[in-house]
Amino acid sequence: MNTFGKMILGSAFATLAMTTTALADTTLNALFMSQAAYSEDDIKSMTAKFEEANPGITVALEFVPYEALHDKIIAAAGAGDDGYDVVLFDVIWPAEFATRGFLQDVTGRIPADYTDKVFDGAWTTVEYDGKRYGMPWILDTKYLFYNTDMLEEAGISAPPKTWAELAEQAKQIKDKGIVEFPLVWSWSQSEAMICDFTTLTAANDGTFFEEGQPAFTAGGAKDAVAFMKATLDEGLTNPSSREYFEEDVRRVFSNGEAAFALNWTYMNALANDPKESKVAGKVKVAPAPGVEGKSTASSVNGSMGLGIPANSPHADEAWAYISFLTQKDVQDDFAKLSLPIWKASYSEPKVVEGQEDLIAAAKESIAVMYPRPLVPSYTEVSDILQKNIHQVLLGQASVDEALEAAASRVKRIR
Amino acid sequence: MLGRRQKREKWILLAPALAVLALITLIPLANTLWLSFTDTRISALPEPVHFIGLENYVYALTDPDFQEALFRTLYFTIVSVGLEGVLGVAVAVLLNQEFRGRTLLRALIILPWAVPTIVNAVAWRLIYHPDYGALNSLLFQLGIISDYRSWIGDPATAMNMVILADVWKNFPLVAYVALAALQTVPEDLSKAAAIEGAGPWKRFCSITLPWIAGPLMVVMVLRTIEAFRVFDIIYVMTGGGPADSTKTASFYVYQEYFNYLRSGSGASYAVLVAGISAVLIVFYYSVTKRQTAGGAA
Repeated sequence: MNTFGKMILGSAFATLAMTTTALADTTLNALFMSQAAYSEDDIKSMTAKFEEANPGITVALEFVPYEALHDKIIAAAGAGDDGYDVVLFDVIWPAEFATRGFLQDVTGRIPADYTDKVFDGAWTTVEYDGKRYGMPWILDTKYLFYNTDMLEEAGISAPPKTWAELAEQAKQIKDKGIVEFPLVWSWSQSEAMICDFTTLTAANDGTFFEEGQPAFTAGGAKDAVAFMKATLDEGLTNPSSREYFEEDVRRVFSNGEAAFALNWTYMNALANDPKESKVAGKVKVAPAPGVEGKSTASSVNGSMGLGIPANSPHADEAWAYISFLTQKDVQDDFAKLSLPIWKASYSEPKVVEGQEDLIAAAKESIAVMYPRPLVPSYTEVSDILQKNIHQVLLGQASVDEALEAAASRVKRIR
Repeated sequence: MLGRRQKREKWILLAPALAVLALITLIPLANTLWLSFTDTRISALPEPVHFIGLENYVYALTDPDFQEALFRTLYFTIVSVGLEGVLGVAVAVLLNQEFRGRTLLRALIILPWAVPTIVNAVAWRLIYHPDYGALNSLLFQLGIISDYRSWIGDPATAMNMVILADVWKNFPLVAYVALAALQTVPEDLSKAAAIEGAGPWKRFCSITLPWIAGPLMVVMVLRTIEAFRVFDIIYVMTGGGPADSTKTASFYVYQEYFNYLRSGSGASYAVLVAGISAVLIVFYYSVTKRQTAGGAA
């Protein structure tokens, strides 16, 4: 046998030996997403630190696109001991997961003094009916990103404070021929579009439901859809937005093909990274604007939490892992792509440094985070809104027609 | 005639196969049927299950969105399988000719079919990309379009674009079956017809096509069943959008089960989709029978 062969054989034995010892300890199966917020690399390094500090626990990481996260959690609920031990879940699911018993109630595991130290918006992510079904981890909302060069070239001195002002500035930029479509959004028929819609609804002081009945056919929600459509009609919004997800928005904006973009926290670091972006160093971030007389800023609660599925046989180890990932020190160390849930973090030098504008925007945005409807049938409500709003954006239905159709469809939910 | 003993032996020998068949098809089928008459939900908590008769079916069939989805699925099936049939036979006829490089071409043509559906869907999504897709680039450089445009983001074109991707992937299967059948067409028949003065088109229609009709039907039936329950390629390419314009019937099965957690209702949608496929199969079967009968006469 040659040396190379021996090496292979040697490493095969080594791997075998390692597997055997690992089997004797606990292996946690953890489900994350590979989209926005913490990157896979971030999560891998955090996990490595956890494993180092907790010999005997290994974590098997699985990353899926956001769109697959909900279904994976449901499908694994029937997997008995072989399901997940830790799952990342979105702010819109606890109502459903709690009523169906998919997640363990962890209210008793959370230290009492945490309540005041963590933002209220973060707690909303994991709460239903007075109980907590996990620990908030990603405190996120959509911010307004703008290209400072383009604004300067158009003679604009400050980013917009209201959505009307944003449309005006976009028009100036377009008229001067600086960029063809100044605005880019994630308006594909998906949850991403609902997040933008919610931000605009919040700005217009709208509501989705009143006393259990759909209320989005009038007022702020209607104004929001009308605004979205108007920016398309005026040629301010990139028409391809209607098939974009967050990553497309980041790419278009980072290519210097848009002056304004609405996106999650993670875009701040990446759009300013020369390896990822052609406009690095020319990107600033502000809270999403408000509407005159109604709001000064707007924001959607896009937070996510970590929970333990009901069928996990390793709840204690899973909680140890969740506690580690959500603790202030760890979050402060990885505060570039996702911001911490801890109030005190926002004055930590290592968090603030290099992203002062993001932290300033975050302080304002987190205070006004607006929730999407917190109902157990949320997934279905969202699907209905997605389809009907998309029809408006594609010019297939008027704002009134579409929202009335959505409302009557929502009433049909069983 | 089989004797009594032989008959018993026959059943004993068949038993293992029948048991497996029952285990993997009959029991799940019966279970799905039962579920479809109940209000079962996916839950980790014990929840009461009620027999609700036809309620799920009434709900599904009175849903205008689902009705639209059924027609959309029918459109997908007819256009997609139709094109695969025409293209498949045409390619098979070409590959049945003698020319240099035929073996290589025969091997190459199967490649699209060997590509996993998901990979195919992702690849086509990139080809159709509004900003850097190859299709836009090609048409733009040829001067056919003056501006980059959205292909799967526009409800007017989305479904046809998905169909194109599906045809590209699946026509090789039809081509291969047709090619195999073509090789059994006796040459003297064609030669005799040529002597009688029949042109190539006439010879193809009255000799070749009837000869390969049987195997062709089999593969078309298979493709039809697959096409009618299409899900994966659309899920990856468009997710059913834009504005539901590519949302096919199978999406409702998936949606009811995994998004809305109503397994009872989801089962009723599954039974409906399977039922319509069955109708299509019976239709094909009767056509094939008539064809075979006609061929024999």
